[in-house]
Amino acid sequence: MSLNMFEGFKFKRKDTLLHRMDPRPKFLIALTIFLLSLIYVNVLVLLILLTVQVPLVYASKSMRRWFGSMRGGTILAAMIFFMNFLTGSTLVFSATMTLRFLVLVSAFSIFFMTTSPDDLGLALERIGLPYTLSFTFTTSVRLVPTIAIEAQTIVDAQRSRGLELDRGSVIERVRKYIPILIPLIVSAIRRSTELAEALESRGFGAVKHREPLATLRMKRSDWAAAITTTLVLVAGVYVQNTMPIPSFDTGIRIPLPWGP
Amino acid sequence: MIEAHNLSFTYAGSKRPAILDVNLGVDKGEFVVLTGPSGCGKTTFARCLNGLIPNFYQGELSGSITIMGTDISGHTTSELSRKVGFVFQNPENQLFSLSIERDVAFGPENLGLPKEETRRRVDWAMEITGISELREAAPYELSGGQQQRAAIAAVLAMKPEIMVLDEPTSFLDPLSASQILEAVADLREEANMTIVLIEHRLDLASKYASRIVVMDQGRVVLDGPPAKVYGEEAKLIGVGIPKISMLFNLLRQDGFDMGETPVSVEEATERLRSYLKDDRG
Amino acid sequence: MIEVRGLCFAYDDVEVLHNIDLRISDGEFVAVMGENGAGKTTLIKHFNGLLKPSRGEVLIDGVSTRESTVANLSRVVGLVFQNPDHQLFSETVFEEVAFSLRNLGYPEETVRRRVRFILETLDLGGYAEESPLMLSGGERKRVALASVLVSEPKHIILDEPTIGQDYQQKERLRNFIVQMNSQGRTVVIVTHDVEFVVDCKPRVVLLSRGSILADGPYDSILSDRILVEKASLIPPQISILMSSLAGLGFNPKIIDLYQARSALEKRLCEYVSEHV
Repeated sequence: MSLNMFEGFKFKRKDTLLHRMDPRPKFLIALTIFLLSLIYVNVLVLLILLTVQVPLVYASKSMRRWFGSMRGGTILAAMIFFMNFLTGSTLVFSATMTLRFLVLVSAFSIFFMTTSPDDLGLALERIGLPYTLSFTFTTSVRLVPTIAIEAQTIVDAQRSRGLELDRGSVIERVRKYIPILIPLIVSAIRRSTELAEALESRGFGAVKHREPLATLRMKRSDWAAAITTTLVLVAGVYVQNTMPIPSFDTGIRIPLPWGP
Repeated sequence: MIEAHNLSFTYAGSKRPAILDVNLGVDKGEFVVLTGPSGCGKTTFARCLNGLIPNFYQGELSGSITIMGTDISGHTTSELSRKVGFVFQNPENQLFSLSIERDVAFGPENLGLPKEETRRRVDWAMEITGISELREAAPYELSGGQQQRAAIAAVLAMKPEIMVLDEPTSFLDPLSASQILEAVADLREEANMTIVLIEHRLDLASKYASRIVVMDQGRVVLDGPPAKVYGEEAKLIGVGIPKISMLFNLLRQDGFDMGETPVSVEEATERLRSYLKDDRG
Repeated sequence: MIEVRGLCFAYDDVEVLHNIDLRISDGEFVAVMGENGAGKTTLIKHFNGLLKPSRGEVLIDGVSTRESTVANLSRVVGLVFQNPDHQLFSETVFEEVAFSLRNLGYPEETVRRRVRFILETLDLGGYAEESPLMLSGGERKRVALASVLVSEPKHIILDEPTIGQDYQQKERLRNFIVQMNSQGRTVVIVTHDVEFVVDCKPRVVLLSRGSILADGPYDSILSDRILVEKASLIPPQISILMSSLAGLGFNPKIIDLYQARSALEKRLCEYVSEHV
């Protein structure tokens, strides 16, 4: 399951509208969806925000992996729901908070599934981040799947030596992760040494000004997407401030002794 | 091209020197295979060639290295990368981008080259290493052999005169390994490069080598053309010379001396054919 | 006995093993060979239940891996992974090697005796109190080997044991494997090191793109040039030499260095005597 969760945030090269979009307007879309989910405490609006993403996922041909990340998010979502509901929030309000979390997971899952870390790095540089920082960021994004696979191999190797991760008391189980964590850390250190050596050998940091071969260019469709998204955001804020939207809250809640 | 003089190095925290009094000169256009048992110091020596020692690995260094006429002490690895290219064992940890083309461009970009020059070099390096059609591919979509080609192209694009490769075939299956070694041999032919290759797989590498250097316990113990080195079996403890060379050494021991030790199957076949046929005729 | 019946396995929706049938009897020595990505490692991960078949079944000593746990299977099937860094974690070599015995719940007395024994056998006796992480590559590999073999599994599976090993280390490894095998243990190695296999003389199972391409004695398979190249391997040097000398009347099936030597010497003697 843990691996599935990563899958839903991992870039896969595909040729779709969303994959071709410049990372900047694409990030704006994800951000807008997230911001709207923050300013509206309304179950209906949040449901809409979640459903409008489904066609986006479909268009980016990433349905299965999106489901993976959503499924990965369900445990946390359930926790959010019960923590709200059991502390006296109404049923609808608890559902709203849960939906808000799912909207967030979904929006950024779509963003990362369709954006190459390379392009993301270029975008970060464009908005003024120093190259070393954007490089560090993209390298870590790139390494996540590699390390996830490595973690699985380590688990397999230790299970082959009779380690049973799912048996024993809570403390015993936590202790059983030591044989997994230490090799993982040791390998990560070895890997970073090798990466650093290779970077040095490729002249990393030799000159201040570098001229990248690949550059980002906002296409007409990218501008269109950026402008539309901005309009939607502005409209969303305006509507929220001026128009009453029915809350659909039925007021059902657990009666707590100290009242709501 | 490369001149190492009384080179010794002891890693910080270690008592024993990793290399001791190494003297080695390499001429332009040579293809040197550096081999020896694990821990013999061959990787340490290679690290000295592009300044990873002492810039990256701390320890006690003495002696000198001259590359193309300049003493390299005080130069950083980044500076040296224009002269000495370095390809590592694990392709996974030397490719940084999610497209091969951008990876090959990474080195030239770091050198601050103008975009047009970077483009020219990228095309050229991908052409020579035979990966032009993999431009847009991501490293994880490629086989180990293709990844290693990409790593070589990435170093090649920086146009160094010397290419050092540290066991580039370790993780590859035999067919990919021999293709990589062939690609390395092409660099020597087509880009006129000087090659220093660290390799255990002598059965695959020998036919390309102009020279074999064997190290043991931090010292150079044998140095010469492959045929000569493989003939000195007594001194080759711990080095797996090609089976074909072993065969001729055995025959020689038994009194059938057919000249110097062959280093490839083709050479051995030729030798035996002419020997047996000439006798018959 | 390791018995694989109609094994198919798919990662996500991609099938990587197709209908594998394989029987490995007790005490056999088998090399699973093939190109990278052929499915070798995926196959052996089924032998101790780390992976369960998508279709078909794998039986270890008659019991399906579906009906057992990895921990239980690891008592009889010892699987050693390729990279020792993926499993070493203890403060001392002794503790590292004792780990699996402790997991299996052996009494302390037995643990101590067995660990000492295996460390001596693998030439690691002097390192018992050292940190496994500080050892050299070859030594770390032997510690990983010891840490699995210490539980004395009936079947030993080694994934790419020769990668990164020099000639001497390979020779030592080969002696050890042969010794294990002669004690009656089943040994399965996954490798593409052709010359190593020629020296080991096992039964060879050739895997290509998730299917078994050939299965038989090492000499008949590795001397078949077409078959070997199909699996992205290169035939052994002696085999290439002898088959290209077939026109001169040599047996093209010769694959062993010493057989080649005597065949050639016999012929060379004949010429010498004919011409004197």
